[in-house]
Amino acid sequence: MRALLLRGMLSGVCAGVLALAFAVVVGEPAINRAIAFEEASAAEHEHATPAADTHDASAEAKPVSRGMQRGVGLAAGLLALGAVFGGIVAIVFAVTRGRLGALSDRGSALLVALLAFCALYLLPFLKYPANPPAASDPGTIEARTAAYAGALALSVAITASAVVLQHWLARQRGAWDATLLATVAGVIAFALVALALPMYSELPEGFPGETLWRFRLASLGTQLVLWLGIGLVFGLLTERAGSPARKEQSQ
Amino acid sequence: MAYAAPLPISAERPLSIPVREIAPWALFAFTLAAVVVYFVGFEQGTLAIFSSDYMHEFVHDARHLAGLPCH
Ligand SMILES: [Zn+2]
Repeated sequence: MRALLLRGMLSGVCAGVLALAFAVVVGEPAINRAIAFEEASAAEHEHATPAADTHDASAEAKPVSRGMQRGVGLAAGLLALGAVFGGIVAIVFAVTRGRLGALSDRGSALLVALLAFCALYLLPFLKYPANPPAASDPGTIEARTAAYAGALALSVAITASAVVLQHWLARQRGAWDATLLATVAGVIAFALVALALPMYSELPEGFPGETLWRFRLASLGTQLVLWLGIGLVFGLLTERAGSPARKEQSQ
Repeated sequence: MAYAAPLPISAERPLSIPVREIAPWALFAFTLAAVVVYFVGFEQGTLAIFSSDYMHEFVHDARHLAGLPCH
């Protein structure tokens, strides 16, 4: 089990490197355009009210430079997320192995990673899509954080329930019907959650739509590369290592 | 068996790993994940445990790209 978890975290770091390359090429240009908009509108604001906005001045003195944020900081963040997401995939893989369906190790590693992508990113994204810098109101950060955490928790609970439902239905109705019904049930459940959660429409006037759209695609792409990478690399490594259960049970 | 896997369905069901064996590692992995996601995403405002916001600013771009709420 220790070897399996290490393999998961290692594949997470590998996938983190791929996601980093994607984020640098596709994500950073959009982030930089958003920050350029932020600085331009801050300068305009200062110009309009010369009675010195002191909080704007303190915001300038940031503890970390932009160069750090877009370089080492981005790399550290993505690699750390990759490592722990890889660990989660390894644990879920270990729990589901031989208990749900008859997928091979590579197939179920990829399936676990894709389900985790849906639960931890895609479903919350559909309600609260990723926002570039300066596209949200800093005053609502606490409410937005709580709402996002709620969406995340319910998304995980619904995805896990859908997997259990699929497993239960598959015994009576076969894999196809069971998968379709469980998916529909999960989508309806999350749609109800999305309707119930509050909406935040805080985009400042004049924010370039192109930048918003490109940033959101970049965020989606970065996370997809990360999770797909974990599923594929972890599956490959696990298959190469042979059957982990058989090996470790004999120890 | 290793050479013939053209389909993602294996001929025999893979052996399951006992839950008792997984549990301690699961606890470790989920705790680590919670700590990392907390530092990347939620270490700020009233939730902040550490007064310095160096970490918060350091992983700033990763937080935005991970879809977590920020500014
Ligand atoms: Zn931000």
